[in-house]
Amino acid sequence: MNVINNKWIGSRTIRPDGADKVTGRASYSADTSMPGMIWGKVLRSPHAHARIVSIDTSRAEAHPGVKAVVTAKDIVEFPLDKSVMLGIQDMRWMSRNVLAREKVLFHGHPVAAVAAMSERIAAEACKLIEVVYEVLPHVIEIEEAIKPDAPILHDFLSFEGKPSNIAGKLEHKLGDVEAGFAKADVVIERHFKTRPVHQGYIEPHSALVSVVDGKAVIWSSSQGQFMVRAMTSLLTGIPQSDIRAIPAEIGGGFGGKTIIYLEPVATILAKKTGRPVKMVMTRDEVMRATGPTSGSMSTVKIGATKDGKIVAAQGTFYLQAGALPGSPIRGAAGCAFAPYDIPNVHSTGFDVVSNRSKVAAYRAPGAPIGAYAAECVLDEVAEALGMDPLELRLKNAARQGTKAAHGPVFPVIGFVDTIEAAIAHPHYKTPLGKLQGRGVASGFWFNAGGESSAQVNITEDGNVAVTTGHPDIGGSRASIANITAELLGIDYKRVSVLIGDTATIGYSNLTGGSRVLFASAMVVTQSTEKVIKTLCERAAKIWKIDPEAVVWEDGEAKPAGENAGKFPALSLVDIAAKASETGGPIGAGVQQNTQGAEGGFATHVCDVEVDPELGIVRVLRYTSFQDVGRAVHPSYVEGQMQGGAAQGIGWALSEEYLYDKNGKVDNASFLDYRMPVCSDLPMLDAVMIEVPNPKHPQGVRGVGEVPLVPPLAAVANAVANALGKRFYSLPMSPPRVLEVLDGA
Amino acid sequence: MAKMHVATTINGEPEEFLCEPHDSMLDLLRGALGLTGAKEGCGTGDCGACSIMLDGRLVCSCLMLAPEAEGRKIDTIEGMAQGETLHPLQQKFLEMAALQCGICTPGVLMASRALLERNPDPTETEVRFWLAGNLCRCTGYDKIVRAVLETAAEMRGAA
Ligand code: FES
Ligand code: FES
Repeated sequence: MNVINNKWIGSRTIRPDGADKVTGRASYSADTSMPGMIWGKVLRSPHAHARIVSIDTSRAEAHPGVKAVVTAKDIVEFPLDKSVMLGIQDMRWMSRNVLAREKVLFHGHPVAAVAAMSERIAAEACKLIEVVYEVLPHVIEIEEAIKPDAPILHDFLSFEGKPSNIAGKLEHKLGDVEAGFAKADVVIERHFKTRPVHQGYIEPHSALVSVVDGKAVIWSSSQGQFMVRAMTSLLTGIPQSDIRAIPAEIGGGFGGKTIIYLEPVATILAKKTGRPVKMVMTRDEVMRATGPTSGSMSTVKIGATKDGKIVAAQGTFYLQAGALPGSPIRGAAGCAFAPYDIPNVHSTGFDVVSNRSKVAAYRAPGAPIGAYAAECVLDEVAEALGMDPLELRLKNAARQGTKAAHGPVFPVIGFVDTIEAAIAHPHYKTPLGKLQGRGVASGFWFNAGGESSAQVNITEDGNVAVTTGHPDIGGSRASIANITAELLGIDYKRVSVLIGDTATIGYSNLTGGSRVLFASAMVVTQSTEKVIKTLCERAAKIWKIDPEAVVWEDGEAKPAGENAGKFPALSLVDIAAKASETGGPIGAGVQQNTQGAEGGFATHVCDVEVDPELGIVRVLRYTSFQDVGRAVHPSYVEGQMQGGAAQGIGWALSEEYLYDKNGKVDNASFLDYRMPVCSDLPMLDAVMIEVPNPKHPQGVRGVGEVPLVPPLAAVANAVANALGKRFYSLPMSPPRVLEVLDGA
Repeated sequence: MAKMHVATTINGEPEEFLCEPHDSMLDLLRGALGLTGAKEGCGTGDCGACSIMLDGRLVCSCLMLAPEAEGRKIDTIEGMAQGETLHPLQQKFLEMAALQCGICTPGVLMASRALLERNPDPTETEVRFWLAGNLCRCTGYDKIVRAVLETAAEMRGAA
């Protein structure tokens, strides 16, 4: 591990992209335009489920101002019987999500797209496309979709030998749960439901594509320029070497921008018309046809002995995939019990399709759903045992050496530390009034490493230019600048950090899985170390001594001790000025499939007050305790914790999709889909606990996703504590709260 | 239909443009006028990302028709800093990390400035209710509210 003097790592520097973002200069995808640019618009399905009998585009094509029309026949066909995987995405489903092929599977499913001289003409022309549908019965909710007589979405899917909407199953087993429950003094089993919720990024999806001489350039709002390149290549047949995907500044993603929607469509339209094509979704389109994350139906059973030792846990999690397979059952089934050392675990996930938009990742995909059920049951177990809920968690907490049901044996982890910090925190001792309650919950997320590339160059004037390959959504450039400045021993302001496009930096995996700082810090550190080695070699050359006799200290090359000789130190500027004479430009790059991103843990404490007249639940106090490994830039780590808590509060209290009887989303706007606004929330305290990850040069653990794992249960347990009544379904919105109170 | 001619003042400078009667001010700003600092998060007045000032009043430019700009004064995020010198709110937002993705930031800053012009000493609750029309999905609002309160205190101290 590097010796770090901590001048920059851990300091709250001003982010390199900050001034652009507070002045309105920062360029997001929809802010970009090109000469000769025209506009694309998508025609979407008016039905929740229908066979496409025919599509006639001739009237639209003849409409004045229309330049091209595309349908599924213009994109590469991926036959239904053969899986083509790209990461965790199956291109069979991705292609059909981008443009419907055999059937439309949800209201808002793209059917065709038009490019025209203006957005208005394109929208008019969409109405002239004649689609003949054979409307089919639809199904929205899981409980309906898994009934034996449910309308079947895909006749190629079967489960246990019968046509089914269950698209997949995943199981984790450890020990013997039956034997475990037999030993338990207290066994509690409960059923839970959660609703699908949208990632809710404020920037709608957007893409601008130009295709010249068969070479495409794509500016889009995405969490991964390399993912955009790969998927667009697969769907359009254009080789990756002829696609340059540029990561625009991105206005939020939370996982929802880890797949493509508009990019291949705009690419084909641009190719057909020979003009740059811009497409921007409306909020209505975002709500109907992108994301969300799954709704769920789960059953969790936990058994414990009198002394508070959990002896068995069983969970069954049905998750909505939306119209095409692929819900995050791994997150639900894998993370639900992972925070605890439980000898007997059986956790099963089912992937269920129904006539909703295809789910996309949302911060720790699946894990909040699993944790909600498990942590609510734990609360009841604590109650039954007469134990403090944090003491129960502490007693059973996973530690170094604990074997998790999903496979790994945990290395050094800071879970216990988060619980102890919560117990000791003043929040946990604050007195509560009438109709007020306190809830706690913990959570785990896997975290990811994966492919990452970096290039660190010394400029001729002795400053530093770093390029990495993961789009920066929440301050990762600032963290990379902190690390580079630290390693080189120079002022933070002398480091500039850029996110490269697919042509200027090596392959780097998505901004997702809480990987960005973990992975990019690793390759940036190695690159910088190579640069430092070169700097020492150059100094040695100038001094005509052995390179081994030079050390790099405080931003300067110095002779290593008396024997090396007496020379005045050489700064970065000095060495850069002589770079050409001493061997050429100075820089280094590293590309790697990074390993060792260990899991993350958090414990949250939430206080609420319930208004029994209005059914409103107000969060009074909220404190998150998280093992963050090392907070390279504390403000942005806190920001992740606070943002996750706020999203979790929304999930717990107000957010949900409402469908009408025709299977159409009834609340596809910010006004009606109620995300927390500023006046809904209190300050969100973030307590960072640093248990460095031994497998990372700076000790970094992913921090972005764990914050969304505990809040659902923390809020639910707080409401239960306030009312003495439990909810087993989210959101706990005013009408639901009143229903439960009236049922008293 | 013939385009309409509109003469207005934007960030203190005279400006003229042609528009369709149904164009929104946001479309004009982001399109013909090239001022892309105001963002479209919804187009329906629900997110505040498009916030601008019209004759000193905070409005959602997505809900304003472009022809309404005739003879009026418009201020956008592009006019908030004086050259290289950031407005105290902009500076404080950077220092306190009151933004993550930054898409809501221009609107939040415009709204916050409008608040402090009216009320130089707001309570936390007043800040929260004033900003209730500006959605931010990244920050949970904590650092935004703190930055506004802190700026207000500093500006009062300096005044
Ligand atoms: S874009 Fe105007 S309020 Fe959302
Ligand atoms: S910083 Fe991303 S929406 Fe506010």
